[in-house]
Amino acid sequence: MIDWQYSESIESPDIVSIKKKYTNYIGGKFVEPKSKKYINTISPSTEELLSKVPLSNEKDINSAVKSAKEGLEVWSKLTPNQRSRYLFKIARLIQERSREFAVLESLDGGKPIKESRDFDLPQVAANFFYFAGWADKLDLSWATKSLKPYGVVGQIIPWNFPLLMLAWKIAPALATGNTVVLKPAETTPLTALLFAEICEQAGLPPGVVNIVTGDGSTGSLIVNHKDINKIAFTGSTQVGKLIQKSLAGRDVGLTLELGGKAANIVYEDAAIDQAVEGVVNGIFFNQGHVCCAGSRLLLQESIHDEFVKKLEKRMQSLRVGNPLDKNTDIGAINSKEQLDKITGLVNEGVEDGGELFQTECELPGNGFWFRPTLFTNVQPSYSIAREEIFGPVLTTLTFRTPEEAVEIANNTEYGLSAGVWTEKGSKILWTADRLEAGVVWANTFNKFDPSSPFGGYKESGFGREGGRHGLLSYLKASS
Amino acid sequence: MENIKTHGTSIEWSNVLEMVHESRIDSVGLNERVNSLATRSIKKDSKLEALNMIVSMCDLTTLEGEDTEGKISQMVAKAIKPNPLDSSVPSVAAVCVYPSLVDIAKKKVQHSNVKVAAVSSYFPSGQVPMESKLLDTKYAIDSGADEIDIVINRKAFLEGDYRKVYDEIVALKEVCQDVHLKTILEVGDLKTYENIRKASLISLAAGSDFIKTSTGKLSVGSSRQACYVMLKSVLDFESKTGIKAGIKVAGGIRDAKDAIRYLVMINEEMGSDWLSPELFRFGASSLLDDVLKQIKKLKTGAYQAGYYFPRG
Repeated sequence: MIDWQYSESIESPDIVSIKKKYTNYIGGKFVEPKSKKYINTISPSTEELLSKVPLSNEKDINSAVKSAKEGLEVWSKLTPNQRSRYLFKIARLIQERSREFAVLESLDGGKPIKESRDFDLPQVAANFFYFAGWADKLDLSWATKSLKPYGVVGQIIPWNFPLLMLAWKIAPALATGNTVVLKPAETTPLTALLFAEICEQAGLPPGVVNIVTGDGSTGSLIVNHKDINKIAFTGSTQVGKLIQKSLAGRDVGLTLELGGKAANIVYEDAAIDQAVEGVVNGIFFNQGHVCCAGSRLLLQESIHDEFVKKLEKRMQSLRVGNPLDKNTDIGAINSKEQLDKITGLVNEGVEDGGELFQTECELPGNGFWFRPTLFTNVQPSYSIAREEIFGPVLTTLTFRTPEEAVEIANNTEYGLSAGVWTEKGSKILWTADRLEAGVVWANTFNKFDPSSPFGGYKESGFGREGGRHGLLSYLKASS
Repeated sequence: MENIKTHGTSIEWSNVLEMVHESRIDSVGLNERVNSLATRSIKKDSKLEALNMIVSMCDLTTLEGEDTEGKISQMVAKAIKPNPLDSSVPSVAAVCVYPSLVDIAKKKVQHSNVKVAAVSSYFPSGQVPMESKLLDTKYAIDSGADEIDIVINRKAFLEGDYRKVYDEIVALKEVCQDVHLKTILEVGDLKTYENIRKASLISLAAGSDFIKTSTGKLSVGSSRQACYVMLKSVLDFESKTGIKAGIKVAGGIRDAKDAIRYLVMINEEMGSDWLSPELFRFGASSLLDDVLKQIKKLKTGAYQAGYYFPRG
């Protein structure tokens, strides 16, 4: 018997050169912020300063929106085929520089390199390829000839999949003939700024893509700008509601992709070992910073003990640590703020009476880390069973019958995703039919494809991203 | 499962049936997990450790009609000292031969730690009456075999006569007594993951000390997927009975890289208890040479030609 420890296998950070200071990207140029103010962006795995990015103010947003309006003049006069070619070019350039993007994403955001390399970047490229294909076929997308772009679109994206959310936003917006002002999240602005270089490399006409960085105040300036024709937001339900309030009474389009508290339902006739894998992937993928994470495990009472035993054993093998180590399964929590929020909710769960299990892994000294966590003996009324934790924390609930499983699954203000695990096909269909969730995965979890629409029910938002339906988020259609 | 506890004793048939009926496997999910484990990056010290482990877990094998005393002598010498120029490389676990060659092999291993394993029960097809299988096995044991590798009755298994498969293994284990029994499922014949799981559980319940993927005589040998199904069966069997059984993968594992992927799977799914020749083996003929070359490369940076390593 040997205690076999894997040696470090670090993806070299040298492939990407990080500037000391970044500028906004407006009108095809890299320009200093008129605010003259900057914010720091750090690496959450070491707390080391990576760079400074602009804290954009009203003047910066004005000039970004103005340039997007000018860009629209050019962009709308191109043929659909020409727009398509630009998008294909961007997709190819992303593929060429994917290792660089992956490393930067892991440095700035804390996610493991195996995910940024094998999930985020391939998905980013796939989204640009997919929507590049639609750009000259919009007439075939819906049975109406009167499809018109909104014009200037404001896009505000979150920190959990920084570059992928940029792709989800920019690719369909450009394919449908809009121009954009995009603000990346405060803690993860770097890959969006590197993407600006791709736009330049692709020779995209000035003003078609504008990238401005900042904090919440910058986001609100975009939302409230008078010349914005549509807002697309991915983030918390709380902020989503504020945006919807601000836009009430104005002729501005809106799509929101907000929080979730997905149920992952495991029936007693599931393939248990694969369900355990799916549940682990559902909640621990990307440190649980996933809006569609399977954060509520619904177990049929008859298999509860056996399942939990297997799950805890499997969790023990998760490797937490340096995001650039190729063998890391779980990286750093994105920010101090998020770590505090997770810690607070977990403490509340313990006080409520939930039974806590955490893995015994060693955590690095610096940076923001949280052990993979499982709660059992949880009642549906506990806050850990109702609130979105957005971290590596899984809450277990039990049910007796399929009817009860569906009732518990739908007993939430959210409705973004859900999972069903059973080897019985008819039970999958029966359950999926009754779940109020934008996506229902059967015998798998967290599967994405650009051709598949993604979006929520209830307070998880409205509008769809991806697929043919995703085009409608950026087109005004009338019959 | 009250009536049984000790290693190598068979389990009541009614309990076996219950286990076998719980064989639900989702192949998409299984492949995904196995593929994701294959992306582990094993470098530097951990790689050297792995390569040495692989050597110590090898059952160096020759199972040919052309095997002679000379061939067996060569192989045993290599088994004891795989690399005569590097004493840090361990001996292999065992040599694996046909019953008629056991006595020769036994003479040659002498006082080394290398065990002698014999394939029996009319390996590889097993298509003879039970009396012949018993005789074959008894002969190998009488000749001094430390370990016995038998094949399951695939005819009975595919006809759905699981009871017969089980009874035969029980009878062969009775002949073996304390001699280590490895039961070959021949996963290339069983094809589906459910079949592999059922055969694993039946073999374990019948008292096998090890379950083994393949004979190495089919074009489809071992696969990491089959090994995954088997290791899950071993773990479930352990949690029901407390008995820790071993796994041997054989057939088609030719390079160190592939073998390391098996080790990663054992390490992460089963834990360090199974990282031992007592509970995990590679059946191989050409794997050993690649592992020796890789060890040399790690230590010296030079990838040497085959003729630097002695023939086995």
